[in-house]
Amino acid sequence: MKLYLNYDINVVYKAVLKEQLDKTDIQYELNGIGEVNLLKNIDSNELKTLSDQLEKYGITIIEDYKSQLVQRIKDSVTEMIYNEEYEEKSYKVSVYLSEKLNYSYTYLSNLFSEVTYTSIENFIILKRIDYVKSLIINDELTLTEIAYKLNYSSVAHLSAQFKKTTGLTPTVFQKIITRRKKE
Amino acid sequence: MNLEILQIALVDDDEDDRFLFKEAIEDIEMNTNLSLFKNGKEFLDYIFKPDIILPELVFLDLNMPVINGIQCLTEIRKNNDLSALSVAIYSTSSSDKDIEDTFVKGANIYIKKPNDFNKLKNVLEKVLKINWQYFTSGLNKENFLLKI
Repeated sequence: MKLYLNYDINVVYKAVLKEQLDKTDIQYELNGIGEVNLLKNIDSNELKTLSDQLEKYGITIIEDYKSQLVQRIKDSVTEMIYNEEYEEKSYKVSVYLSEKLNYSYTYLSNLFSEVTYTSIENFIILKRIDYVKSLIINDELTLTEIAYKLNYSSVAHLSAQFKKTTGLTPTVFQKIITRRKKE
Repeated sequence: MNLEILQIALVDDDEDDRFLFKEAIEDIEMNTNLSLFKNGKEFLDYIFKPDIILPELVFLDLNMPVINGIQCLTEIRKNNDLSALSVAIYSTSSSDKDIEDTFVKGANIYIKKPNDFNKLKNVLEKVLKINWQYFTSGLNKENFLLKI
């Protein structure tokens, strides 16, 4: 005896997804086809477990792959900022990233903006200012030396970028951190 | 598109301010979940309950009855379990002394309340985005200070 079946792939997809998500204690909402809204953030282990479960049914979590690539961009940028040899060579960031990660800069740049709510350029500024802050707190270098070390064209340029990024001047920043330590 | 949802809380005794804030947050294209509180006591009672989803970013009004913004900030910073919580002071005051003092007491962000809805939206969007970088990019949270 043969049975002939008709099925709706979307109903199947939803039922499988629901079944798997219900096995976890994650609260969620299904947002139509191909999107799930998790009501709280899950850590990478939970994500891995969920991803493995769904993989059995041919469902792949795409966002995970994207976030891995974004993480590699962030790591490369960090390495670039903290590596002084890079500063001497004065590579272009776009060349550096596309050579290192083997994707076109346009692709990396669009992906980064899509996933992180900021651009690679802005991220570099944030990361550099973060480094500047730690150097200011260490109190071993003057602001002029810090500007030179991080390849800013001048102290004025560094101060302006610091003010624009944090809303505070480097001097006020230092004063606040010093007072915090005393309290 | 993002998997993550940013958990936000606002503590403000002024009903109109809470309403505008909520509208502004809803207009920003980010995945957020906002909880509203009328004063510092209500917020502190909430965050010390077991099994709740802790906010990642709280906006504190400075002048509130029962427990004001500064007292609330001090209580938050006394507790090590809350070290990941970013605190934004959300105030009508823009005196340098107020700003510096709240930073010294452990605030991360100081926002002068904008008097125009679009400005409020822009300021909040900037704050949410920068805060998000601090949560996802290994930036040093101890040095996170932003005045806007």
